[in-house]
Amino acid sequence: MTAYLLKRLAIAVATLVLASMVVFAVLEIIPGDPARLMLGMNASADQVELLRNQMGLNAPLAWRYLHWAGGLMSLDFGRSYTYSVPVIDLVRERVVVSLPLALIALALSTLIAIPVGLFSAGRHGRASDTVAMGAAQLGVAVPNFWFALMLIYLFAVWLRLVPAGGFPGWGAGVWPALKSLVLPAIALALPQAAILARVTRSALIEVLNEDYIRTARAKGLPYRAVLWRHALRNAMIPVLTILGLQFAFLLAGTIIIENVFYLPGLGRLVFQAITQRDLIVVESVVMLLVAAVIIVNLLVDLSYAVVDPRLRSRP
Amino acid sequence: MKLWKTILAAAALALATGTSAFAARTDLVIGIPLEPPHLDPTAGAAAAIDEVLYANVFEGLTRIGPNGEVLPDLAESWTISDDGKVYTFKLHTGVKFHDGTDFNADDVKFSLDRARADNSVNAQKGLFAAIDKVEVIDPATVKVTLKNPQGSFLYNMGWGDAVIVAPESADTNKEKPIGTGPFKFQSWAKGSSITLVKSDNYWGTPVSLDKAEFRIVPDAAAAVPALLSGDIQAFPFFDPDSVAQVKDDPRFKVVIGATEGETILSINNKKPPFDKLQVRQAISFALDRKAIIDGASAGLGVPIGSHMSPANKAYVDLTGLYPHNVAKAKELLKEAGLENGFKATLKLPPPSYARLGGEIIASELRDVGIDLEIIPVEWAQWLDQVFTKKDYDLTIVSHTEPNDIDIYSRKDYYFNYDNPAFDKIIAELNLTSDEARRMTLLGEAQKILADDAVVGFLYELPKVGVWDAKLQGLWENAPIQANDLTKVKWTD
Repeated sequence: MTAYLLKRLAIAVATLVLASMVVFAVLEIIPGDPARLMLGMNASADQVELLRNQMGLNAPLAWRYLHWAGGLMSLDFGRSYTYSVPVIDLVRERVVVSLPLALIALALSTLIAIPVGLFSAGRHGRASDTVAMGAAQLGVAVPNFWFALMLIYLFAVWLRLVPAGGFPGWGAGVWPALKSLVLPAIALALPQAAILARVTRSALIEVLNEDYIRTARAKGLPYRAVLWRHALRNAMIPVLTILGLQFAFLLAGTIIIENVFYLPGLGRLVFQAITQRDLIVVESVVMLLVAAVIIVNLLVDLSYAVVDPRLRSRP
Repeated sequence: MKLWKTILAAAALALATGTSAFAARTDLVIGIPLEPPHLDPTAGAAAAIDEVLYANVFEGLTRIGPNGEVLPDLAESWTISDDGKVYTFKLHTGVKFHDGTDFNADDVKFSLDRARADNSVNAQKGLFAAIDKVEVIDPATVKVTLKNPQGSFLYNMGWGDAVIVAPESADTNKEKPIGTGPFKFQSWAKGSSITLVKSDNYWGTPVSLDKAEFRIVPDAAAAVPALLSGDIQAFPFFDPDSVAQVKDDPRFKVVIGATEGETILSINNKKPPFDKLQVRQAISFALDRKAIIDGASAGLGVPIGSHMSPANKAYVDLTGLYPHNVAKAKELLKEAGLENGFKATLKLPPPSYARLGGEIIASELRDVGIDLEIIPVEWAQWLDQVFTKKDYDLTIVSHTEPNDIDIYSRKDYYFNYDNPAFDKIIAELNLTSDEARRMTLLGEAQKILADDAVVGFLYELPKVGVWDAKLQGLWENAPIQANDLTKVKWTD
């Protein structure tokens, strides 16, 4: 187990270093000058050069990479070019929106998907299964921004239960803040739930065809007990994998939903930083996300061992 | 008798308190599409900075009014020497910055010297180029000496980039702006909103609003439900394509005004075959402005024939010079030896006027034999490739700076246009302060640009504002980029 952990850790570090190089190189290659972007069309070339110097953009490439990467190691993420505040402050402000949103969406998605998956697998091939999976197919197909707009018109414009968008901040109280995250969480959760339900169902169906399930049934265990105790546990591995991927996606891949609900989340921070060529923000936030994904993957790997004891003894 | 008086007085008092209990609301939430990168108008070109802070938090010596006129601001009056070179500004007294420090002539000298210094990163440094020296006569008087007379000097001092800042706070204005205006900055939740509150020690007429929040709504589709639900009460810059969804709703006012944004099909004048006048004229004849406005701007927007806003008093209508005429365009191409047409690229920045307009223009030019390859680019890419490196054939962009016809005389500007006759007019214009002469010169300048078909002049970008019908005092036009809230109030 220790060797397994060490190996995973080494891979994680290597991934981080490689990712930092790729991120840095890609942002160097794409055209666009943050100084020109700030000064606009009326500024002279000399002035742009002056600002480039002030921003430290004229230092040699290797020096800038080492300076940035060295900072990362001591958890110094640098200062934003456009906002001129530490990147970590920007991230902190956004994480308090993105992380709760991702967790609520993930919880919702799981709470919907697992029962639907169980229900469908249990009625495999019957009409109710077809209906449930048809609905899931629809959930995958409907674009989430459209679905989000429908939710807004129904719950914010017509029923006036929640605000149409925006985030008042946790300082405004837990309830108002949560209220503004409800619709985006639903809009994010449904397509994810649809995917998760389909994965749960097919994993369960596969497990239900195994010999030990027939044995369990043969020894007289009720169907429900077989489903919960034997089948679901064994079907968990693909489900956990998908959940891990979904969490990584929900943390930063929610730019469209953040736009529709004008939420100040991480996705919008990165998007805005890319359009403004606030390179240091893009680089540092991407690295943080890479780290988050690696950690989540590590946790998912470890959770395999929890659901499947056989994996614990493996190297 | 006395009793009656008492009763009347009591009734009047009751009425007065009664009305104040039902007083109009004093808070406002305004939707803006783009977040300012920071909050210092003297250190960045982003329109969003001025759209939050201009006239609200920061003030200049002069200011630009709702119809583009120059008004006194921190300078209550001024005199101009006979040679037009010395401006003596008399300043308001008793003015305080929001941090409690006094405003006086030293702050004016500091601000102007800072903006024109060698290490200045003021995005509109050109506004201060004519200044030779700034002298403090007494705390309420400043003398500005120019190197040469400049007709637009008072207008220039009204830009957001020329607002007066204090030495104590100049370096921290990006995060915590300190000005002299009727609103002071309260908070900025990044990515979400910027809140201003009424300043209690304002020197001028106090504002009606106690609190104004600028909320950032990047998605045009999200603006409509935000308005309908009442979360946001005003969108001064609304998406033209969404107007249909709210225009019949009596709760809202739709106000179509003019901007200073000349939307043009920019042409690289040095790159063959666009260096030939006939080719550029052919393009102008090939453009159907009405179809472009319908497709790119939901039918809103006024056609232009040169680089001047129809709302400007110097405007000359030259839209008749190149009517939509495919046969004429083909004939001109034939004269230029290009009867078989040619291929070129059209680089399009992100705004919808460019992306939608570009497709229509590509199809219109195809009708005369010019085959365009459309290349969508981001802003950063556009500034880098098109604007700085001039690596382009055609592009669409709206030049939103006010009174910017002089860009065609700038050396090395991305149009690659060079006409000494035009440069001469602009040079004279810069030195002229006589209003009538300025109008004549501006008229001539417009005519030359149209005759040379320097670019394809399309239309003036409209300002589409949508706000609560009970709201008064928001600007109808956008002579400069601003959301001036000083006269805004709720009725009933």
